[in-house]
Amino acid sequence: MTAVHRSVVYDWLRHDKKFPHVWCPGCGLGILLGSLVRSLAQGGYDKNQVVLVSGIGCSGRLPVYVDVGSVHTTHGRALTFATGIKLAKPELKVIVVMGDGDATAIGGNHLIHAARRNLDLTAIIVNNLNYGMTGGQYSPTTPLGAKATTAPYGHSEPSFDISALTVTAGASFVARSTVYHVTQLDQMLGQAIAKKGFGVVEVLSPCHTNYGRQNRLGSQVEMMKGFKKQAVRADRWDKVSPAEREGRFPIGVLADHGRPTFWETYEGAIERAQAIRKEG
Amino acid sequence: MAAETTKPSRRPAKSARKGQSRLLQGNEAASLGALAAGCNFFAGYPITPASEITEYMSREMPVRGNPFIQMEDEIASIGACVGASLAGRKAMTATSGPGFSLMQENLGYAMIAEIPLVVVNVMRGGPSTGLPTNVAQGDVQQARWGTHGDHPAVVFCPSSVSECFELMVMAFNTAERFRTPVIFLADETVAHLREKVVLPAEGDLEVIDRRRPAVPPDWYVPYKTDGSLIPRLADLGEGYRYHVTGLVHDERGFPTRRADEVEPFYARLFGKISRHFDDLMLTKQYSLDDAEIVLISYGCTARSCRAAVRLGRERGIKLGLLQLLTLWPFPRQAVEAALTGRKAALVPELNMGQISREVKRVNDGRTQVIRHSKMDGTMITPEEILGRMREVA
Ligand SMILES: Cc1ncc(C[n+]2csc(CCOP(=O)(O)OP(=O)(O)O)c2C)c(N)n1
Ligand code: SF4
Repeated sequence: MTAVHRSVVYDWLRHDKKFPHVWCPGCGLGILLGSLVRSLAQGGYDKNQVVLVSGIGCSGRLPVYVDVGSVHTTHGRALTFATGIKLAKPELKVIVVMGDGDATAIGGNHLIHAARRNLDLTAIIVNNLNYGMTGGQYSPTTPLGAKATTAPYGHSEPSFDISALTVTAGASFVARSTVYHVTQLDQMLGQAIAKKGFGVVEVLSPCHTNYGRQNRLGSQVEMMKGFKKQAVRADRWDKVSPAEREGRFPIGVLADHGRPTFWETYEGAIERAQAIRKEG
Repeated sequence: MAAETTKPSRRPAKSARKGQSRLLQGNEAASLGALAAGCNFFAGYPITPASEITEYMSREMPVRGNPFIQMEDEIASIGACVGASLAGRKAMTATSGPGFSLMQENLGYAMIAEIPLVVVNVMRGGPSTGLPTNVAQGDVQQARWGTHGDHPAVVFCPSSVSECFELMVMAFNTAERFRTPVIFLADETVAHLREKVVLPAEGDLEVIDRRRPAVPPDWYVPYKTDGSLIPRLADLGEGYRYHVTGLVHDERGFPTRRADEVEPFYARLFGKISRHFDDLMLTKQYSLDDAEIVLISYGCTARSCRAAVRLGRERGIKLGLLQLLTLWPFPRQAVEAALTGRKAALVPELNMGQISREVKRVNDGRTQVIRHSKMDGTMITPEEILGRMREVA
């Protein structure tokens, strides 16, 4: 087991990138990084055919550590860059890492359109319930009533359910997990990456230095224990009564269906265009 | 005039027969120029008066098996172009004022990460939605300084339909050669003008492609440069697994804040353009040699200036014109030469003096520089220009 792990790390992490990483000690992003490289290694992908794209924020710093082509873009726009890469070279595996701010605030429109188009991309959305990098301001996923540096008296807005949003927008695959449920997280990432079409994995991750501290949730360990308590397996979610659902969320696969990807339907347009042009 | 729409043409356009003369609209000629220069990726969002380019590309890209996508907005459009360019495509997007404003952040990204691409901005009246179907030249300084931070800028500006074709080829070649975004700044009048254009035969066109690494992936240092100051660009997915970021980065592409790396980085970014000023700054002259009064102009306004020169000379006024085809870098040497020994210089433009300010900056006491601004959504006429002569003479 250790031997396997060491070779995964050796194969998939950048040798010319100096550690330690930029994240706070105990941040969930390190666990996600491990999970991502394990799912890539287990999927048997060719490093030269994988491209990691990210937005801006703590989560945006993740791709730089992975030994693949990596593009750290502008805040909220990772999916747009990824769209261009994927259309330019459809054979590439393009994986996009975004924060909840990236994905649902500044880039919310790109998210729903990427899902609608069913671009063959994998979107990993790191939901830490706030803006980590800029110091714990509220985001569209901050729960009603929670504290944030821009919600000192408790947040006045209800929050987005990222997974539900992307299911509705038409993603081919949607799953949710947390950095506490590492084995499941590996699986969910593996499935999403393997899946043709737009795949989304929402990953709950503790931001103990900002969100946790402001809401007195304790250390990162306490926050992880919180995930354990709050998470319910998706196949058992129906059995949870509405009263008991408060503060809890389903984890696991939430949507999984096949639908033609953008490139597949566009190929039809190419054929029609060429036929019309030949006729003159 | 109420609706901000243009009629789409139903049939796919006949592909350009090279080496032949054709009657073309400015936006069509710009599109053809892009295709001739090797453009094989287009992402855009419709806006008047640039929509014909997006429509043209939607017809031509699939015929060639290349991607066309109408994105959800202009931020997404230029983002997709950056991604496509990194994956090896020659990418273009086309927009007008409001969309150009939205693109600025990612334009800065392309600048700092050194990604070749072409952004078309067909100017209309502004700010905001302004005068959607009227001509203006109000985005000249935005094209220079629209994105934040200090950076060089390359901006070409056509005055005729032929120049739309020629400058578009030049825009792509410049983007590829210097690894930089290039702005093609047209105006509504030129974009919608129809003129005869003689398209060059296929072999007569110089098409420049970016320099790709000459070393195997293990040796590639993505931002290390030879004497040219321009790093070689590897296509994503070809075995070169490097990092790209909008942060200031070291030679290996990783973010840095070390003063001894940051300063040289900016110096190189400016240097790679400034050492080629001579190649980049394009101007045309009309009756300039013996002119007593010089007109300095660009875009559709330069057309009125040419007519004014002709009419003026018929009436015994010795007028000459310096037409700017490159707005940025500002063609300083040509402007200085044009100002030297003249009685006066008149700078007519469809804004409150965005280029006349530059002319005054380089004038340095050579002559009297007069601004002629018009902001009513119509062109400056030759008679208006001649009307100002009473003040000058
Ligand atoms: C256009 C723009 N607006 C604002 C910012 C400042 N900014 C940087 S990161 C960030 C939010 C990050 O939050 P999130 O996306 O949730 O990622 P996290 O840091 O929590 O992982 C913001 C607002 C920016 N970089 N660009
Ligand atoms: S601020 Fe929060 S999200 Fe960012 S590294 Fe620290 S713990 Fe992680």
